[in-house]
Amino acid sequence: MAKRAAPEVNAGSMADIAFLLLIFFLVTTTMEKDSGINRKLPPIEDNQEDVIIKQKNIFTVLLNGKDQLLVEDELMELKDLRAAAVKFLDNGGGTNADGIKCDYCQGAKDPSSSDHPDKAIISLKNERQTSYGAYISVQNELVAAYNELRNIRSQKVNGMSFIAMQKNYKDVNWKGNKEKLKEKISQIKLDYPLKLSEVQ
Amino acid sequence: MSKFKKKKSGGLPAINTASLPDIVFMLLFFFMVATVMRDNDLKITVGLPSASEVEKLEKKNLVMYIYVGKPSARYKKTYGTEARIQLNDKFAEVSDIAAFIYSERESKREEEIPYLITSLKVDKKANMGIVADVKQELRKVNALKINYASIKGDVSRNKD
Repeated sequence: MAKRAAPEVNAGSMADIAFLLLIFFLVTTTMEKDSGINRKLPPIEDNQEDVIIKQKNIFTVLLNGKDQLLVEDELMELKDLRAAAVKFLDNGGGTNADGIKCDYCQGAKDPSSSDHPDKAIISLKNERQTSYGAYISVQNELVAAYNELRNIRSQKVNGMSFIAMQKNYKDVNWKGNKEKLKEKISQIKLDYPLKLSEVQ
Repeated sequence: MSKFKKKKSGGLPAINTASLPDIVFMLLFFFMVATVMRDNDLKITVGLPSASEVEKLEKKNLVMYIYVGKPSARYKKTYGTEARIQLNDKFAEVSDIAAFIYSERESKREEEIPYLITSLKVDKKANMGIVADVKQELRKVNALKINYASIKGDVSRNKD
């Protein structure tokens, strides 16, 4: 008997099967990546001592139940908040805790405003009726104010913006000394420390 | 002279489809790799706010999600229209958050625990009251790293 070759499997329907799977994955795919504003909550401390902070070093932001903004006891539009925060933080009217003057501040050096970026605190207060959207808008503007100052400072010292440095630090393919970069980033963070306290 | 009869040139030759499966498989693999399966379906509607200073969350397996928003149309009858909290795929109370965080920590390796981030996915129309309660609860269990989930965009879109 002649040896018969095994019949070839018909592969014509393979494309159909693959299409079926393809359509399934197309439908279930969600491409978006999670993003948001990173913040750190203050830990609960049992023995809270009152630290006395001079009134001029506090920048009060109040957001009421109707989403109206009160900054330093004056009504303000959201779009003006960033500039006002920058002006306050970068004032540099006095000295920090070690008695050193802020030699990199570009502000007006107004003695009635903040002494040093190291001492300047932004205090954010909101009511329970405030909408979350308005709260995020304010948070965003305040973080933006810090980022703006850090970018300017970083551009001057390192020739690269703060955001770009952080991006490079996270980038796996970036060619350069990451240790040095980390040092530079933390130095900028020290120059303009993010001091944003939320009143409960 | 049928031997020399010219072949009929009727119709176009059929296109060879032998490589079609290959192309489809290529697409298939791309989508299989890019897919992230939705692990819990939302019972509430969350319209995230917009912000310009957003950072991306890098490690997805180290993120815990807390959703806050109004119950979606299907659940309005049973749960009302006030903003509610959702953990995993159930409605929850503020007091359930501590247990949720502990169980999430339990499921992670010990060395990963300090890097856990809580992502708050809150509807922009929700009140700050419920968010403040959630934050207070997170402080109690020492889950201090949080991320306010928001879409990259201009803040002026948060108004409506």
